[in-house]
Amino acid sequence: MTEPLFARGQMAYSLAFHIVFAAVGIAMPLMMVLAEVMWLRTKDDGWLTLAKRWMKGTAVFFAVGAVSGTVLSFELGLLFPSFMEKAGAVIGMPFSLEGFAFFTEAIFLGLYFYGWKQLKPWVHVACGVVVAASGALSALFVTLVNAWMNTPCCMEPIDPLGAMVTPFAFHEVVHGTLAAYMATAFAVAAIHAWQLLEKPGDPFHLKALTIALVVAVPTALVQPLAGHHAGQVVAVHQPMKLAALEGHVKTGPRAPIHLGPVDIPGGLSFLAFNDFDAVVKGLEEIPQADWPHPIVRLSWLAMVALGTLAAAWAALTALLVWRNNRQLPRDRRWLWATVLLGPAGYIALEAGWVVTEVGRQPWVIYGVLRTHDAVTPVTGLWAPFAGFAVIYAGLAGVVAKVLYDQVKAT
Amino acid sequence: MILTLALVMLAALVLYAVLAGADFGGGAWDLFAAGPRAKAQRELVSHALAPVWEANHVWLILIVVILFTAFPPAFAALMTALHAPLMLMLAGIVMRGSAFVFRQYGKSGNEMWGRVFAVASTVTPVFLGMALGAMSTGGAWHGVFPLCVGLFSLSLFAMVAAVFLTVEAPERALQDDFRLRALGAAIVSAALAAVTAFVAPRPFVPLPAAASSVVLGAALLGALWLRRYGAARPLAVALVTLVVIGWGYGQYPYLLVPNVTLHAVAAPEPTLRLLLPTLGLGALVLFPSLFWLMRVFKTVGR
Repeated sequence: MTEPLFARGQMAYSLAFHIVFAAVGIAMPLMMVLAEVMWLRTKDDGWLTLAKRWMKGTAVFFAVGAVSGTVLSFELGLLFPSFMEKAGAVIGMPFSLEGFAFFTEAIFLGLYFYGWKQLKPWVHVACGVVVAASGALSALFVTLVNAWMNTPCCMEPIDPLGAMVTPFAFHEVVHGTLAAYMATAFAVAAIHAWQLLEKPGDPFHLKALTIALVVAVPTALVQPLAGHHAGQVVAVHQPMKLAALEGHVKTGPRAPIHLGPVDIPGGLSFLAFNDFDAVVKGLEEIPQADWPHPIVRLSWLAMVALGTLAAAWAALTALLVWRNNRQLPRDRRWLWATVLLGPAGYIALEAGWVVTEVGRQPWVIYGVLRTHDAVTPVTGLWAPFAGFAVIYAGLAGVVAKVLYDQVKAT
Repeated sequence: MILTLALVMLAALVLYAVLAGADFGGGAWDLFAAGPRAKAQRELVSHALAPVWEANHVWLILIVVILFTAFPPAFAALMTALHAPLMLMLAGIVMRGSAFVFRQYGKSGNEMWGRVFAVASTVTPVFLGMALGAMSTGGAWHGVFPLCVGLFSLSLFAMVAAVFLTVEAPERALQDDFRLRALGAAIVSAALAAVTAFVAPRPFVPLPAAASSVVLGAALLGALWLRRYGAARPLAVALVTLVVIGWGYGQYPYLLVPNVTLHAVAAPEPTLRLLLPTLGLGALVLFPSLFWLMRVFKTVGR
């Protein structure tokens, strides 16, 4: 491997690692607070137990997320100094706001975790609400930076506020934040569905599954719409990324979409521009050396397939709950489906991130600065690459083990 | 405006050194826990850290963010020159934080995670100090001077941690354990400060700062000797503040000696004009929340 590849590799796995912990940090506080509110309203201590169990899981994820996020703020400069030199003054604003959001989250999480005795119940709930809100806010700010990297602007003359509202800002924030809630809720639903397969009708796990579904079902139903909108914005601003996603080479009108062996004429034109006759640019527009890596298309297919499955499951679940007089389905086949879809949200989240990020290559700032030119001149990058790879792989294993033990203890 | 932002960064470094410094120092005392109350010492450290250590990261993040927003070329230069010590420091930060929660919430291997937490807490401040020291040697981080700054940082953090723990200790015997540790760390810090000043590449510490730190140090030793922990805590904070400010004064106007100065590398006006009020607004959220957190869990403001 070459030095730039080590730098890109380290950045890639650092983000792939952090994104999971960040998503948990966004979504778990919401579910935790919902459980606590249920406890205060029903006085059923099962809800309190649930809130506290989830809190313990969240603690582990938040801590690892906090430290891996700190690492990332340095890695931007340690691995891509010229990128930060060019971008820092433009996109420092959302980063500093993110810093404050993270801080708020950390403080109120401390109050929430350790303040059960010291704080009045509703003050305690309010702390949880602040945690959930600031978690979502920090995701919003970081995503704004990524949106700017994809649709850069406001550099000459410099306009840091304008750089926060680029054409990609809206859809990246909506699609990305929904993904965080969806992925986490799917994983949580799967854990408790799996426990319900072992202990049918267990009230604790039924409660947990209920809250997970309250988050998972609506987000999974809305997400395909958000994704479709995202695709339309990409079609306008990054036509080559869209072409790479679709494996579309020749520029032309009535571009077809390939569904397995079937081609729908004009399908791609319609999906991208609401017009069957619209011209869709193909990869032939740029030199082959600049074509995004094939993994972009594979990831995109994985994301769309899993998102579609998840939405179908969500629709089915909504139907079952409605027909079952607002009771959770007890059907073991449905529980199995829920378990099997558990990793789907996170796989789709990671795949979607590969689509935006690898799809942006060879640019780090789209059309402005090539990734290759932003890499640090420091040599021997294999060492931090290998070191952090070992650390993160180890941490992932330990977190999984800690979580497994916690679930088994319920 | 440039100077104001530099001062905000320095203030953040003071807060990081005092608050996160105490967390790192606490971890070092976990490593050096000894005697009949070793277990109680470790529990006190863990209890003191748990609600606050994540929030205390923010000061480091704030420094990084101000640096790359307001001084982007300096950030690029520093991240290139200090690549190795910073990577090592980050590895330490990750291992320390993760090991801490694994020990707290895991079902198995708690002893091992305790060791990892303790070792990482002890090593990380040394790398942090080496990186700071290398800022005045043009990035050469494995010389005598950066190493001295690294060891000095560790001993200073250990001193602050021990002083804080005397206030938080629930019983006399444990209090005395940390009193002895605070005294020891204070004396070692004084010795290391002298050595560091001696090997510094340029006259680093302004005389008034050196003189006041001697006075403060003596007062701190006196307060610890007389078991006046309530007085020792603000003295320890003042001492660390003075050391960091003295360092900043000696470093000014360089971010990286010999060719990166604050003024040469500042971002365009519109960015700077926007950053300051943002930091102000952030501070309005940040300080009251932090104070509340400390009030609920620490003996602050009661």
